[in-house]
Amino acid sequence: MTSANQIRMPAGGASASPAGPREAGRDSARRADNRRKWYEIIGLTTPAVVIYVMFVLVPMGFAVYYSLFRWRGVGPPTEFVGLRNYTLAFQDPIFLDALRNNAIIVFGSLLIQGPIALGVALLLNRRFRGRAVFRLLVFVPYVLAEVTVGIMWKLLLTGDGTVDALLRSLGMGGLVQAWLADLDVVIWTLLAVLTWKYVGFAIILLLAGLSNVPDELTEAAAIDGASWWQIQRHVTIPLLGPTIRIWMFLSMIGSLQIFDMIWVTSVPAVRSLGASATMATYMVDNGFFARLWGYGNAVAVILFVISFVAALLFQRFLLRRDIEGAITGRAK
Amino acid sequence: MTSVLVVAGCSGGGEEAAPQGELYKDPVTLTWWHNASQDGPGKTYWEKVAKDFSALHPTVKIEIEAIETNQLQRTRLPAALLSSDPPDIFQAWGGGEMTEQVEADYLKDITDQAKTEVGNIGSAAEIWQVKGKQYGLPFRMGIEGVWYNKEMFARAGIAAPPTTFEELNAAVTKLKAINVIPIAVGAGDKWPAAHWWYNMALRACSVDTLKKASAEKNFDDPCFVKAGQDLKAFIDTKPFQPNFIATPGQNDPTSANGMLANGKAAMELMGDWNRGTLDTVATDKTKLASFLGWFPVPAISGSPGDPKAALGGGDGFSCAKNAPAECVEFLKYIVSPEVQKGYADTGTGLPVVKGAADAVKDPALKSILEATSGASYVQLWLDTAYGSTVGTAMNDAIVAIFAGNGTPEKVVSAMKAAASK
Repeated sequence: MTSANQIRMPAGGASASPAGPREAGRDSARRADNRRKWYEIIGLTTPAVVIYVMFVLVPMGFAVYYSLFRWRGVGPPTEFVGLRNYTLAFQDPIFLDALRNNAIIVFGSLLIQGPIALGVALLLNRRFRGRAVFRLLVFVPYVLAEVTVGIMWKLLLTGDGTVDALLRSLGMGGLVQAWLADLDVVIWTLLAVLTWKYVGFAIILLLAGLSNVPDELTEAAAIDGASWWQIQRHVTIPLLGPTIRIWMFLSMIGSLQIFDMIWVTSVPAVRSLGASATMATYMVDNGFFARLWGYGNAVAVILFVISFVAALLFQRFLLRRDIEGAITGRAK
Repeated sequence: MTSVLVVAGCSGGGEEAAPQGELYKDPVTLTWWHNASQDGPGKTYWEKVAKDFSALHPTVKIEIEAIETNQLQRTRLPAALLSSDPPDIFQAWGGGEMTEQVEADYLKDITDQAKTEVGNIGSAAEIWQVKGKQYGLPFRMGIEGVWYNKEMFARAGIAAPPTTFEELNAAVTKLKAINVIPIAVGAGDKWPAAHWWYNMALRACSVDTLKKASAEKNFDDPCFVKAGQDLKAFIDTKPFQPNFIATPGQNDPTSANGMLANGKAAMELMGDWNRGTLDTVATDKTKLASFLGWFPVPAISGSPGDPKAALGGGDGFSCAKNAPAECVEFLKYIVSPEVQKGYADTGTGLPVVKGAADAVKDPALKSILEATSGASYVQLWLDTAYGSTVGTAMNDAIVAIFAGNGTPEKVVSAMKAAASK
């Protein structure tokens, strides 16, 4: 069953029904039909394509162009330097720190949020009193604006904040530390905050996926004598595969491009020392604050290429079955 | 907006020859971007100034946009200046950035129109000059020094404000002895920490070296490394609050000036504007006024730098290249003695015009005024003087020394690398 067949079938049906005896009439009717189809396609997609070109492709082209200049953002760019900005970026230890931090956030998010979300989703999928309330609570952090969450955690964590007070009152004063200032600790603090914020999103996605698991299958397994855990292990989780992979994809792309939370929550000094910088904050710090506009554009292009390649690889190898034919190529 | 374009279109070309009578003939809207974005006396005062000017000249309407400094300086202004529709009059800082703006032909040359005002302001106006031409006027100017808690000093048995770093170190020891944090520093925001290095450089480098560094981006003199060594030695005496790398600079109760304002630390190195920001974070303003004092940055004995030299800077405004002629008139109005007196009255900064100094009431601000006029040489903040690119790299490398993983040599190499980026 290919998409090309699906489109051709109704067209054939339409031309057959007028029962025209002459071949020529059928041909012109089909041609008119075809033309109308193209008008529809052009008419419906043009606005979207125009907006996409104007606000996505053209700026991307400009970013690539500007990245080849030594440009402070004052007056038009005139000093062409070729790929120098790119080599400078990969020579800067702070940029390499930013890359490392992005990697920590990508893998940290997947490895921590994934199991937590799956466990909570499976639990919340069972029927019990107050289930709706739990579902709501789990989702609240995700609904809050990232900046709000960032400021909230900053207040809880800085100085002798609430978190430290709580630890002391629980007799765990030894754990108290400079959560956002210790250069070795800050990235893990941020990862914890990100987990708190985004695990709800993973749970809601998985719950939506769970609602698509047919009751008959789990009931049949239960009748066959499978335990609750056996049902989850062999029936439910495999059927959740597409949802899990889509969540992994979204989480990975979001983690690569992360900006707001890091910018708001971490301290500027700690960020510029590399301890909490990500590619996106590095881009803003250098592009706007150090006024290296050409260099900033080069970093933006690097960030884009890394995200794009990661997305393509993920689709090629993990999402292939889920979105067959949609992006990576023709359907068979 | 349209009226601005019309006026700009009409006056273009014949602007220099336009007789005074042409001014205020057509209705004009001036857009004004300043950085007094926090609700307070500063913001209210600029609103009043704009209203007063419109009352004097009914053809001029002024639209104000108050934008937070970083946003204004780093993103909004550069983008607006690149476009064809920049604000008419906007905050300008002099130094490296202004030189770049002049080279890109963004700013209006006001040398001829503002001669009287420049004369009234004196040497401070030089910071808003590029190659001898005036491109803006300051409304606030002052030097940096140490703000301190007189009551804590008395309690620690410190007889007089320190005049050398040896005396400062002794004061630090005495303050620690009575369990007081000697100095608060907002290293989290980078620049408040970097200012310590600037002052070390000011003491280690000769005035000639400093001037050459600003003009040529030449940092070869060994005095710049010496500045880092002096700073490292000073940090090693542990004069700052714990965890200073996370402390913000100002406008926040947990910030460095919040600590000074609320009696949690004895000293803070900061510019003249600190009087206003301390007030906004103090829980008890009367108490603050009773204990607050100020003294100039101490000298370092045996250093070639002039002990009477000071670091300073100010805020000013410039007119966009194609702004209507009324913009310059408004700029001149802002630095007129009456408006400057009113500004001094708000207590948010020191006025620049002769004759407005009498309006300064606060004793701490008065001592800054005295020190400013007594300074042999006023060096503009180094990050402003060297431009954002070198400035940012320099500040980052200085903060690394504070964080314990930088070196005096790395500061200089980072500055050189940034200058070539």
